[in-house]
Amino acid sequence: MTATTLPSATEPVSPQRPRRWRRVTKSAWSVLVTIWSFLRTYRPPTRYVPMLATLALLIGMFGYGSIRFTGFSDPQVILGLFVDNAHLIVLAVGVTFVILTGGIDLSVGAMVALSTIILARTLAAGWPLPLAVLVVLLAGVVLGLLHGVVIHYFDVQPFIATLAGMFLARGLCYLLAPHSIPITNHTMTSFAEATVNLPGGYWVTRMVIIALVVVAVAMWVLHRTRFGRTVYAIGGSEDSALLMGLRVARVKIGVYVISGLCSAIGGLLFGLYILSGYSLHAVGMELDAIAAVVIGGTLLTGGTGLVFGSMLGVLVLGTILTYINFDGTLSAWWTKIAAGILLLLFVMLQRLVTRRQRT
Amino acid sequence: MSEPRTPVLQRLRTSPLVWPVGAVLTLIVINLIAHSDFLSVQLVHGHMYGNVIDIARNSAPVLLVGLGMTLVIATRGIDLSVGAIAAIAGAVACVFISDASSESAVGTAVEACFLAMAVCVVLGLWNGFLVSVLGIQPIIATLVLMTGGRGVAMLITSAQITTIHNSNYEFISDGFVFTLPFAILLALGLWALTGLIARRTALGLLIEAVGINPEASRLAGVRSRTIIWTVYVFSALCAGLAGLMISANTSAADANSNGLWIELDAILAVVIGGTSLAGGRFSLTGTMIGALFIQTLKTTITAIGISPDYNYLFKAIVVIAVCLVQSPKARARLVGLFRVPRKQAVTA
Repeated sequence: MTATTLPSATEPVSPQRPRRWRRVTKSAWSVLVTIWSFLRTYRPPTRYVPMLATLALLIGMFGYGSIRFTGFSDPQVILGLFVDNAHLIVLAVGVTFVILTGGIDLSVGAMVALSTIILARTLAAGWPLPLAVLVVLLAGVVLGLLHGVVIHYFDVQPFIATLAGMFLARGLCYLLAPHSIPITNHTMTSFAEATVNLPGGYWVTRMVIIALVVVAVAMWVLHRTRFGRTVYAIGGSEDSALLMGLRVARVKIGVYVISGLCSAIGGLLFGLYILSGYSLHAVGMELDAIAAVVIGGTLLTGGTGLVFGSMLGVLVLGTILTYINFDGTLSAWWTKIAAGILLLLFVMLQRLVTRRQRT
Repeated sequence: MSEPRTPVLQRLRTSPLVWPVGAVLTLIVINLIAHSDFLSVQLVHGHMYGNVIDIARNSAPVLLVGLGMTLVIATRGIDLSVGAIAAIAGAVACVFISDASSESAVGTAVEACFLAMAVCVVLGLWNGFLVSVLGIQPIIATLVLMTGGRGVAMLITSAQITTIHNSNYEFISDGFVFTLPFAILLALGLWALTGLIARRTALGLLIEAVGINPEASRLAGVRSRTIIWTVYVFSALCAGLAGLMISANTSAADANSNGLWIELDAILAVVIGGTSLAGGRFSLTGTMIGALFIQTLKTTITAIGISPDYNYLFKAIVVIAVCLVQSPKARARLVGLFRVPRKQAVTA
């Protein structure tokens, strides 16, 4: 106990002053000691450590950038990260679900391309916009459902099943449109160009709002619903989850459906971002999404990770690109090398964290 | 007392190779229906030409990468970085040749190849270090090099497509030895050598042991760390050879597109060949048939007059079909569908 009884104001002051002063300093000191020992022994919950490390890295990168370049510390630069990566954030959210169960989804990049093509083709054919969007979302759900069924009921490894899904989606792209199709629908272009103004003269696009809503919904599903708890349980140990009577089949197929849906939404956002549909869009984007998820602190073995971390991972990747743009003398290939190095750093960090957890 | 020999038919039915071989034969039959002279081979100026030779030659890079991948997968690992390593190998060799004082000399080409191989060994050691010493999951450990590797290749070539003029270097891809393309002989030679080392020494057994249960095999005295390190270095070397072959084919190093997606084709070849991604048992012959199958499929699609744009679509369907046929669970379901009536008849 550190609390001391305060002397009342009516007491004669002068003879007791030194002694009371000593008591006050002593108690203040003990409070400091308590705070210090709390700080010294404080460890954030282990599941937050990798995400906090990503956050620290992001802040550090911005700190360094704003010292080196004028204009880097402008909040619009940060908002720009969201504007340029809204689609990738949505993809990373979907992939996070799959990776949390210990699976993987290689088809998201191809699905983005397929979404842009379906959107462009249907709009060019004069379909009403809501119907076109619905068809895109449905395509994502169906592809995800196929993955889930093949993986769960037929025991095909997720890597191979989603690889086949990737070939399927790219193949359908070529089937539907071998060439690039522009998106000229008036509603779409005006939606894409409209900005949401924030106080202080800053702005974001509407795609950013959609991406943030997706992140919020995903966080709610993962942390506040039975489905979300089951996702973590399957990632921890599928057999245990089954023995506990959890609905493993439903959730395992569900995560692939979510990933398919997210890649369709991501495809819509990407289509809005570049206003065209093309079969060579988003080549290798699945790797960016997976890298972002890993950098965000999700373990590829499943069971540990946060959607919010994946969003931070996307922002870290985006910051590297911004940094290279600001510098101007660095060549584009440094983006790839830097992404590789970051991936390595985070994998090693995770290794340290999990090792400490075990011992 | 000798065990009774299992009948040939039953041995054939239980062999894991029967499905991939059947798939390749089916494709060949389809081709024969489309073009009756599909299997004919001509001898022109002492060089063999023909569809079959083309297929074998074009599947050589995937087969090379697949050999290394088979061993890596047998240890319950995976190597995603092979495409990037192939790009780096091509970049190192081509930049070395284009910077050399005598660009078209034999010595330059040989030196370039050795230099590229040395770089590949280093990259393989790096992968092996991450997996075996630091204990990082293989898929992530090699993803690091897959992401960063193409950047390194661009760094080497300064993001230019480096073209070279060295007929000795081109020999790796276009040369003929004993009337057969050198690329085929190289891939076949490495396949035979790998098979010999894996099956005639204890190495294959040790690799399978590490793949089935790393901890148990370590307790049993297997040096799993060294084994894992070896397979990643071998995989990088195979990828490097494939990279040299690809860059020799076009006499150019393109850091962006050389060996792009070859890791996926190689993994596909391994899986079609019957090696499980869960580690353990592996089949090098299966991988060879898998690589041939992927290339035959590509050729078939163009041969029967479908636009090559649909290649991906057919690949997807075939991959799913082959995987389903190989999955015991799916097969049991399919067989169950047909067997139900007969069982009822027996009990009745």
